[in-house]
Amino acid sequence: MDDFIAARSQMALSLGFHIIFSCIGMVMPFFMAVSHFQWLRSGDPNYKNLTKAWSKGVAIFFATGAVSGTVLSFELGLLWPKFMEHAGPIFGMPFSLEGTAFFIEAIALGFFLYGWGRFHPWFHWFTGVVVGLSGLASGILVVAANAWMNSPAGFDYVNGQYTNIDPMRAMFNDAWLSQAIHMSLAAFAATGFAVAGVHALMILKRRNVQFHTRAFRIAALFAAVAAVLQPLSGDFSAKDVARRQPAKLAAMEAHFHTEKRASLVLGGLPDEKGKKVDYAVKIPGMLSFLAHGNFEQEVTGLDKIPVADQPPVLVPHLAFQLMVGLGMGMVALSGIYFLAIWRKKQWLRSEWLLKLFVAATPAGFIAVEAGWTVTEVGRQPWIINGVMRTADAVTPMPGIAYSFYLFSAVYVSLSLVVIFLLYRQIKMVPELYDRPAQLVAA
Amino acid sequence: MMQYVVITYLCLSILLYLLLGGADFGAGIMELFTRSKNRSAARQTMSHAIGPIWEANHMWLIIAVVILFVGFPRIYSVMSVYLHIPLLVMLMGIIARGTAFVFRHYDAVKDQMQRLYNRIFALSSAITPFFLGVIAASVLAGNINFETTDFLSAYVYSWLHWFAVAVGVFTVALCGYLASVYSIGEAHTEVDKRYFIRKTRTMTLIAFAAGGLVFLAAHIDGVPLWQWIFGNVIGTTAVVLATISLGVLAYAVNQGWTILPRLLAGFQVTMILLAIGYWHFPDFIVVQNGANLSLLNSQAPLATINALGWALLIGSLFILPALYYLYYSFQRDAEEVAEAVH
Repeated sequence: MDDFIAARSQMALSLGFHIIFSCIGMVMPFFMAVSHFQWLRSGDPNYKNLTKAWSKGVAIFFATGAVSGTVLSFELGLLWPKFMEHAGPIFGMPFSLEGTAFFIEAIALGFFLYGWGRFHPWFHWFTGVVVGLSGLASGILVVAANAWMNSPAGFDYVNGQYTNIDPMRAMFNDAWLSQAIHMSLAAFAATGFAVAGVHALMILKRRNVQFHTRAFRIAALFAAVAAVLQPLSGDFSAKDVARRQPAKLAAMEAHFHTEKRASLVLGGLPDEKGKKVDYAVKIPGMLSFLAHGNFEQEVTGLDKIPVADQPPVLVPHLAFQLMVGLGMGMVALSGIYFLAIWRKKQWLRSEWLLKLFVAATPAGFIAVEAGWTVTEVGRQPWIINGVMRTADAVTPMPGIAYSFYLFSAVYVSLSLVVIFLLYRQIKMVPELYDRPAQLVAA
Repeated sequence: MMQYVVITYLCLSILLYLLLGGADFGAGIMELFTRSKNRSAARQTMSHAIGPIWEANHMWLIIAVVILFVGFPRIYSVMSVYLHIPLLVMLMGIIARGTAFVFRHYDAVKDQMQRLYNRIFALSSAITPFFLGVIAASVLAGNINFETTDFLSAYVYSWLHWFAVAVGVFTVALCGYLASVYSIGEAHTEVDKRYFIRKTRTMTLIAFAAGGLVFLAAHIDGVPLWQWIFGNVIGTTAVVLATISLGVLAYAVNQGWTILPRLLAGFQVTMILLAIGYWHFPDFIVVQNGANLSLLNSQAPLATINALGWALLIGSLFILPALYYLYYSFQRDAEEVAEAVH
């Protein structure tokens, strides 16, 4: 395996792994806080059990997210030393703030996990909320750093030198807001559907129905709200990308030729050599409208981008279609769920609705991975858009392929162990939490 | 001005990582060296002691790394390139250790898997600080060579030498020593307490032996360690004070005090770092046939250093009180438990 490809694969693998754990680690605390709130307010022991059960999940995911994040802070240098040497001082601001947020999250988690019965109940509840808030802040800050790679700002690049560095302008670059909103909503939707799906399955199996129903309702509500907001944020992001990174937009839409009244390409298989898309459905004028807000405006195609600066098309286009398709599916399911809550209460007890949620369990996370693929592959061949090429940033050390194999083996086995642990947690729910009366007494 | 704030935070986070994260590694190292009949008691004591704080203890490494890549990007990138392999192994240790610790605590079913988690936890608790020591030694040993392109001399001999191996062993021994001293105060029964005191004696001897090994290895590899430490007043004083405080520590332990021994153990490790660091400051990476990379000549531009300094200062306002309250709460709690047992 070529060292450059190996380095990119290892980075993709590490981030692809970390993104799942950090999403869950940042969103679950909010579910937990709602359940905890319900327990403190209503005294329903199911909520106390649920909070405890979820907090174990949070501990497992937080720890795995924390170590994979620690690894990433080194891996950036191990794989892309040239990039970090120049970019570190410019886009380091969000990372230094993220250090604080992450630290606070770890402290608050210590209070929360080990604080049962030791502190005032509302202080204990508050520490759980702090875990969620600081996790969310960490996520937004890391995304701001990634946004800088898409939309470099806060420095002048003259004759290969990076001068006039302004870390605050680098942090609040043009892409940070749209990316932060999109990623945060994605984290809530993905985690919400994943959690709701698991509990829906348990309800279908008639296991601890009271417990799992409460869990399902909290997760499903978060998921549904985030999922219906996501298309708005997606539209904001698309217009942003069209303005800042026309090459990325062209790649994700498989838009080879610059044209007015540009068509939106749905599905299809891009043929990069022939510069066309086979088997696609085209909606005339729609791409112009989505990218620029009117049906006539010209949309830059890949033909306007120098060949050496063109991103690949096949992967970003397919990943983008996958993300949007799954996103729309989640919107539809959310619509049904809202209808069920407001008008059709009987649907909430129906098996088909639960089955739909079970089917949607992985949808959000697949969409997260796909969306992240779009933003990273769509930025190629650049690591800092328009400034530094990914190939120029890679480490001079040969043999990265072996490091990639090692990381693959470690992350695959870790994923298996985490799945195994979650399976055991869920299997143990009856034994650990099925005696509400006793637990209340305790 | 702000550059010294940033440098202070860097030194502090490295020191705190060694003291707090190190004690945490030590907990696992003690498991490795504990006979199986005592193992579960020791494990419970340690698990109880580090449970609430262990995540926070490892944050210092992240703070140090972030300061390096934001504030001293050239140092970070040179370490990343030339010490790639030991860093990689250290990361594997961090992954294995962090996950094994949480998995064994949160696995809903306590069965054979526990033995696997324990084994992985204990082994990675030794491997990680060993490679941290290797990296620290390699940064100073002067085997990093920018001119060579040969794989072995650029990426392997930069860290594979007797001095680095000896410092790795010494780091492991120090971690074990810290953990054994800390654990005396965590013991809930008189039997446990005597056990941990014996453990501390063993660990002190091992640390001493490992320290001797470091001097021997330095001699073999031609590293002027003796001069670094005894070539100036500060280094010599630091080592003398650390040695004297060993006697005070033994007295304090015999008196049954718990806080003073911990402070003294922390003081000794701090003095060792000071003795080495003082001679080198501001150099951070000693380079073969070339200009050393120092904390003063490899800095990020001023605007970045200012922003980083403020971020660290403001961050501390949030972190330090919360961290203090975390340690305080669970320490107080541990004492209540201890009294209840007596």
